[in-house]
Amino acid sequence: MTPIEAVLAAHRFGLGARPGETARIASDPRGALQAQLQRLPETAAFARFGDTEAIAAQFRGRMQGAERDPDKAMQLLKEGREHYRAEMAARFKNAIATDAPFVERLVWFWSNHFTVSISKVRLVPLAGAYEREAIRPHVLGRFEDMLLATARHPAMLLYLDNALSVGPGSMAGALAGRGLNENFAREVLELHTVGVDGGYTQDDIIELARLLTGWSVDRGRAAFRFFPARQEPGARTIMGRTYESGEEGGVQALRDLARHPSTARHVARRLATHFVSDAPPPALTDALERSFLDSGGDLAALAGTLVSHDAAFEPQLRKARPPAEYLVATLRATVPDASALPEQATDGILGTLRRMGQLPMSAPSPKGWPEDEAVWLASKQVIDRVEWAQALASRLPATLDARALAADVLGPLLGASTATWIGRAPSPAEALALLIASPEFQRR
Amino acid sequence: MTLSRRLLLGSAAAAAGLGALPRGFVRSAWALPTDRRLVIMILRGGLDGLAAVPPVGDPGYDSLRGRLSLAGEAGLHKLDDTFALNPALTTLARWYGEQRLAVIHAVAAPGNQRSHFEAQNIVETGAAAAHATDSGWLNRALPALGVTDAKQALAVAQTMPLVLTGATPATVWTPQGGGSADAAFLNLVERLYANDPVLARGLADARAVDAAAAAAMDDQGGMAAMSSAGQGYAGQFLRAAKIAGGMLAQDGGARLMVLDAGGWDTHVNQGTGEGQLARRLAGLDSALAAFAEGAAPVWDKTVVIAATEFGRTARPNGNNGTDHGTGAAAFVFGGAVAGGRVIADWPGLREGQLFENRDLAATLDLRAVFKGVLADHAQVARGALDDAIFPGSAGVAPLSGLVRA
Repeated sequence: MTPIEAVLAAHRFGLGARPGETARIASDPRGALQAQLQRLPETAAFARFGDTEAIAAQFRGRMQGAERDPDKAMQLLKEGREHYRAEMAARFKNAIATDAPFVERLVWFWSNHFTVSISKVRLVPLAGAYEREAIRPHVLGRFEDMLLATARHPAMLLYLDNALSVGPGSMAGALAGRGLNENFAREVLELHTVGVDGGYTQDDIIELARLLTGWSVDRGRAAFRFFPARQEPGARTIMGRTYESGEEGGVQALRDLARHPSTARHVARRLATHFVSDAPPPALTDALERSFLDSGGDLAALAGTLVSHDAAFEPQLRKARPPAEYLVATLRATVPDASALPEQATDGILGTLRRMGQLPMSAPSPKGWPEDEAVWLASKQVIDRVEWAQALASRLPATLDARALAADVLGPLLGASTATWIGRAPSPAEALALLIASPEFQRR
Repeated sequence: MTLSRRLLLGSAAAAAGLGALPRGFVRSAWALPTDRRLVIMILRGGLDGLAAVPPVGDPGYDSLRGRLSLAGEAGLHKLDDTFALNPALTTLARWYGEQRLAVIHAVAAPGNQRSHFEAQNIVETGAAAAHATDSGWLNRALPALGVTDAKQALAVAQTMPLVLTGATPATVWTPQGGGSADAAFLNLVERLYANDPVLARGLADARAVDAAAAAAMDDQGGMAAMSSAGQGYAGQFLRAAKIAGGMLAQDGGARLMVLDAGGWDTHVNQGTGEGQLARRLAGLDSALAAFAEGAAPVWDKTVVIAATEFGRTARPNGNNGTDHGTGAAAFVFGGAVAGGRVIADWPGLREGQLFENRDLAATLDLRAVFKGVLADHAQVARGALDDAIFPGSAGVAPLSGLVRA
């Protein structure tokens, strides 16, 4: 029987085991996880997509025509959505095929931490590029570099309205009568860095907002540009430190926030909550906090600390798998060569995710997707998943043996009850459906 | 009879501590009387109040609205000397004539938010600013309304809307085309979940609401009647509306319902008497008629409040549409409503009267409408309204007189 840690490495820290995966890492599961953190996996899957600037240019050129032609505008919206679907399909297939699922989970985690959402229509064609450019390259790097990359990415500046923020005392402010937008500064403090209990005040929010005026998007290309004429003049004080106005002041403030002890605590808690438990053990969060502080926010070191801690390998499955993870896990187990999935299939998967309330990169607020089981295993979710299970199983080859598959991908996690009912299923398809619908698949 | 079903029930208990009533909160001896029904309809996207209820009698209206003006449009339903209903809203017009519709204008949630998710957050949380709390005002009102069983508070939507999210369990349901697991398989799954309380409960609840909706569908004439609703999004919406109405009428079923209708964000090519918005309004109007039909046995005792997160700009934009605005229209209708009038402290449409020189200004806080109905239809105490349900809103007086005595 495969050691339970090997199964947990794939089940809890990966995206669910593919056939043979747990056997491959059985001799040193923790080592196998650490090995993934050595280098970023290749992203050939995304090579065909351009960068933010190129994607936006594709649309911008035609935006000019659309101003006078409403039909052109609708056409652009439609193409933006097609681009989004193509990006999400590639992302999904990559998740099914990847041999570095722990890294992929980290990309999804940090992408959620620095949420950008297509609930704002302009972001529909850019959401994929945002994750590829501002999150993925830094997932094994330094937190402060990721923070800066997200804060300077056009998608984030548009999503949290900083692109529109103008200092009331600035030259542009006096002329245009436009003003300060606090949205971005508030979320940087509340969500991205020190956290709601991090020790900041409303004044700190306003000061940070003033300091970040001028951080916007170039008019001609979708790239970061600092507009000095929009910046609120004067030095600013944020959480006890003073910064001169100017672009560099904002950069320094963000670095200081990244290095603030409250940020270590906030990040530690979010990471432990996401991977291990809605009420993570203090021993674990303390260890993660220490790792973050000692390493200067090294995210590979942080992830390494997570998967070397005994608390992370408790055998009880306490976390509900959110829909995206659930779907990927079921496909990794049953359709391992899903990298060849046709477009129709991925469109269907996106439709299912939408029905389950987790269309990728569409979190309802800057806080990102909820963590708790009550949301993801509410009864509508349960029946959605049961129906997915039955529909998927009916399309799988009749030769696929649910009992062998259960032993392979779940090993000692397979409960007696599930094993019994799979064994008693009246048909191979129903046995597979029961496996996919099993409690063991709903949680990690 | 096969069920074309996708009737799903979701319990939406938020984590402990969220939306919890303050210690010492005295549960009102009054509650939503068991024969009464309350429905909240959220029109997502920012419905253009100046198009749904055009103030054609305001001298500034026609030139301000330009290409989007409905002045002189055929089929306008005159309400009074200032206001009319969009030609597409024939059912609402009929209800107005029967004094079962009160139209409210120049109303908005606080906060002047022009971003969808922030403005919807404010409308649904009942707070004065976005993200102030994680629970919805309607969920916080459930104890005061005497609604204790999750099946009595039903949201018809893909996921539990924020307005009904919170510490008290409620239900979410939606009928959809697409796969449905057969009963035999569900029985197997039920056994599979026997040792898992969360999954077992979830499945059981889902099957219970499934059964309730099937019964409602039967009452509406079964599958044959449903298929006359037509194909596509509009057909689905009509079907859902009829079944939802039927479920509202069931004894021991939903007494409180949240309906969700989107697609109002008309930035491009809005149209006037015909076109995008008119079509959507017609669809909504038909769905409301279907809903009322389904709920006929209890319609007399029903109040529906339909509200949107903000209105739209007074002037058209460069794409023959409108952008996000402020003052909007809201509708309160149902058999229990004292209607037949437009309630508006009309700010006017002259340059100096527009909000930030672009939007219809708001002269009424949307919370006043919710509070007025909760107070008059369900006897919810003022103290609870001002504090637990709409925190910090002591200065917002309930708009009374919307409900018949």
